[in-house]
Amino acid sequence: MGAWNLFTDYLHDFLFGIYPYLCAGVFFVGSLIRFDRDQYTWRSGSSQMLRARQLRWGSNLFHIGILAIFFGHLFGLLTPKWIYEAFITVQQKQMVAIVLGGVFGTICFIGLTLLLHRRLYDPRIRRTSAGVDIAILILLWVQLSLGLITLPFSLGHRDGSMMVQLSMWAQHIVTFQAGAADFVRGADWPFQLHIVMGMTLFLLTPFSRLVHIFSAPVWYLFRSWQIVRRRGGATRRPGPVAAPRPTAAE
Amino acid sequence: MKVRAQIAMVLNLDKCIGCHTCSVTCKQVWTSREGVEYAWFNNVETKPGIGYPKDWENQKRWKGGWKRKANGKIIPRQGGKWRILANIFANPAMPEIDDYYEPFTFDYTHLQTAPESEAMPVARPVSLITGERMDIQWGPNWEEILGTEFRKRSQDYNFEGIQKEIYGQFENTFMFYLPRLCEHCLNPSCVASCPSGSIYKREEDGIVLIDQDKCRGWRMCVSGCPYKKIYYNWQSGKAEKCIFCYPRIEAGEPTVCSETCVGRIRYLGVLLYDADRIAEAASVANEQHLYRAQLDIFLDPNDPAVIAQARADGIPEAWLDAARRSPTYKMCIDWKIAFPLHPEYRTLPMVWYVPPLSPVQSAIEAGHVGWKDGLPDIGSLRIPVRYLANLLTAGAEAPVVHALQRMFAMRIHMRDRTVEGRRNTAVLDAVGLSQAQVDDMYRTLAIANYEDRYVIPSTHREYAENAFDLKSACGFSFGQGCYDGRSVGNLFSALGPSAGRMAPPRVEEAVEPQETRR
Repeated sequence: MGAWNLFTDYLHDFLFGIYPYLCAGVFFVGSLIRFDRDQYTWRSGSSQMLRARQLRWGSNLFHIGILAIFFGHLFGLLTPKWIYEAFITVQQKQMVAIVLGGVFGTICFIGLTLLLHRRLYDPRIRRTSAGVDIAILILLWVQLSLGLITLPFSLGHRDGSMMVQLSMWAQHIVTFQAGAADFVRGADWPFQLHIVMGMTLFLLTPFSRLVHIFSAPVWYLFRSWQIVRRRGGATRRPGPVAAPRPTAAE
Repeated sequence: MKVRAQIAMVLNLDKCIGCHTCSVTCKQVWTSREGVEYAWFNNVETKPGIGYPKDWENQKRWKGGWKRKANGKIIPRQGGKWRILANIFANPAMPEIDDYYEPFTFDYTHLQTAPESEAMPVARPVSLITGERMDIQWGPNWEEILGTEFRKRSQDYNFEGIQKEIYGQFENTFMFYLPRLCEHCLNPSCVASCPSGSIYKREEDGIVLIDQDKCRGWRMCVSGCPYKKIYYNWQSGKAEKCIFCYPRIEAGEPTVCSETCVGRIRYLGVLLYDADRIAEAASVANEQHLYRAQLDIFLDPNDPAVIAQARADGIPEAWLDAARRSPTYKMCIDWKIAFPLHPEYRTLPMVWYVPPLSPVQSAIEAGHVGWKDGLPDIGSLRIPVRYLANLLTAGAEAPVVHALQRMFAMRIHMRDRTVEGRRNTAVLDAVGLSQAQVDDMYRTLAIANYEDRYVIPSTHREYAENAFDLKSACGFSFGQGCYDGRSVGNLFSALGPSAGRMAPPRVEEAVEPQETRR
C-alpha cells in the first residue's frame, strides 16, 4: 500500500503541479508557432455550408453557454478573495457560481449535444471531419458533463470552502507559487477530473480548430467599412507610385 | 478628387453563344481542387432562370449588398457590425451546398469491373463530399437553354413588374446567356462584411482579393455578396473568390475567361474614377439613379485636370495611356451601351454588360416588329425591355432602350453601307452617334480584334516589390509561402481523413439485379 500511495501522491503532484505548466507552455508556444508559420490552417472550420440543420440552435446555444462559462471560470477562479470579499460573502459567491454555471452549463450542454450528434450522424459532416474535429467535440462534451456533475458536489460544500481551495490552486498556478497541488488534494473526483480535462483542452488547442478563439473579431467594430491595400505594402515601399528618380550621373 | 484606376470588364451579351468555355477554362485553372468542386468563379446562366446558386438575385432571402437607411447612410443589408458579429456562430443568410449543387463524379470504374449482365453497366453518380451514391437533384447549369419548366424558371427576380405568363408560351418565349463572375465592385459589401478584415480591394487595379492567411472562415462575406460570388471552401475552411486572374493582369494579359472567349464578347480596359465620391454615388436615394451616379464618378482620361490629379495620386503613365484607349471607357461612358449588373445592390459593380438584341430578322420579315424613325420599336422586341432594365438599371427602361437603339442603328447603318452601298446618316442622327463613333463601335463590337478588346497596362512590379525578397520564392501559391496547407505530416494540417477524395470514391459494389426473362 505504501508504494501505491507514493505513486498516487506523485501522480497528484504531477497532474496539479507540473501538468498545468506543460499545457500552458504548449498552448502558448504552439499557438504562436501555428500562427506564425501556418496561418493558412488558422480558421474556425465551419461546416455550416455543408449542413445548416441543427447548427443554428446548436452553435448559438453552445457558444453563448461556453462564453459565459469561460469568463465565469476566468473571473471566478482568478479574482483574489480579498477583492470580492468587499462586495460578497464566499457563500454568496458560490451560490452565484452554481446558479450561473448551472444555467449556462445546461444551455451549453444542449447546444454541444446537438453539434456532436450532427457531427457524428450527418454523413456529410462525418465524412469531412478530421479526427481532431471529432475528438475535440467529444472531449468538450465530456468536460462539460463533468462540470455539470460537480454541481451536486458543490451543493454539498455550502460553506464555499471547496471553491476557495480550487481558486487558491488556480491563483498559485498562474502566479508560479510552489505547493499549488496541495490545495486540491482530497477534492472530490469530479473536480479533479474536470481540472485535468480542462488543462488537456488547453494542451490540444494549438492542434485543433479551437485556435479560432484567439481570432474573435472584436476589432471589426472599430474599423471602417472598406479596406484598400497596396501591393507590396508590407515592405513599406512607395509602391508603383514613384518611378526611380534619375541620378546625377544620368 | 482622388483618382484611382481599375481594370473593368464589359461583356457583350449580344454575342454570347453560351458555350461555357469561360467557365470551363476558369475551373480548370482555379477551382479544380477539393473543397471548391462546387464553386464556379465564372459561370454562365441562361436567363430567365433562378440561376446559380438558386434564387441568388432575391436579396430579401440572401441579404446581400447594401441598404440605405432613413438618414441616407448605407449599411450592409445583412446588418450593421453588431448584427454581423451576433450572427457569427450561425449565419442565417448563408446558402447551403444544395443551393449551389452537391458536387459529383461518376463511378467510372464500375464500367470496367461490372460482372457480366444483360444490360450495359452504367456509371452512376457519386457525391464528391460523402463519397456515396447520390441522386443528382440540381447542377451548376440546370436551367441551360430554358431547361426547367416555366413555373420554376419564372421565379426569376427580373420578371418583377412584368406580366410574365405570356412568356411561358412557346411562341413568346425568350432567352439569353448571362456569364457571371465577381464584379470587383467599387463599394464591395463582402469587404464590409468581413469580420477579420481579410478581404481588400487593391489600390492599383481595383481587384478584390481575399487574404487566405487572414481569413478565419466567419462566412459573412458569402452572405454579404449580393452576386453570391464568394465561395466557402469546405476543405480549407476559407472563403475563395474570383481573383480576376491577377497574375495575368499584372503581366498585361487578359483573364483566362476573356482570353478563351470564343465569341469575343469580353473587353478589358482601364477606367479612372474618383475614389472620394464612392460613398456619395452608392448612397443615392433613388435606386434607378444609381447607374447614372456611378457613371458620374468615372473620370475623363483626356481631361487635363484629371491627368494632373492622376499623376499626383501616383497613377503610372502607362495606365493613363491605357485609360485613353480603353474599350471599356468607350462602351460604358462614351457610347453608353454597357450597364452594371443590378446597380440597386449599391456595390457599384465594375463588370458591365451590353444588353442583348433580340433575334429580329425573321420577326421583321413576318411583320412583327414596329418601326419608329427608321429604327425598330424596341418595345416590340422579343426580349422585354423591362426584363433587361430590371437586370441592368434597377428598372429604368430609358437607358436600355437608348443602348439597344444605338446598337440597332449601327447594324442598319453598316447593312446599308455594305449591302446597299449607301451612307445612312439619318439613322445615326436619330440616336446621336457620329460617323466616327459608329465606325469605332463596329470595329470594337463586330470585328473585336484582340488588341481592341484588351488594353491592359502591365503593373510596374519593379516599383512595388523588392526583387531580392522574391528570390527563391514560389510565385503564385495558396496560403503560407510555398506550402499549400495540405502536407499530411504537418501537425497543424487542415486535412482530415477526407484527403484526396478526388481520387476514386468509396462505392460498395452493389449486386446488379439480373434481368429475368419473362
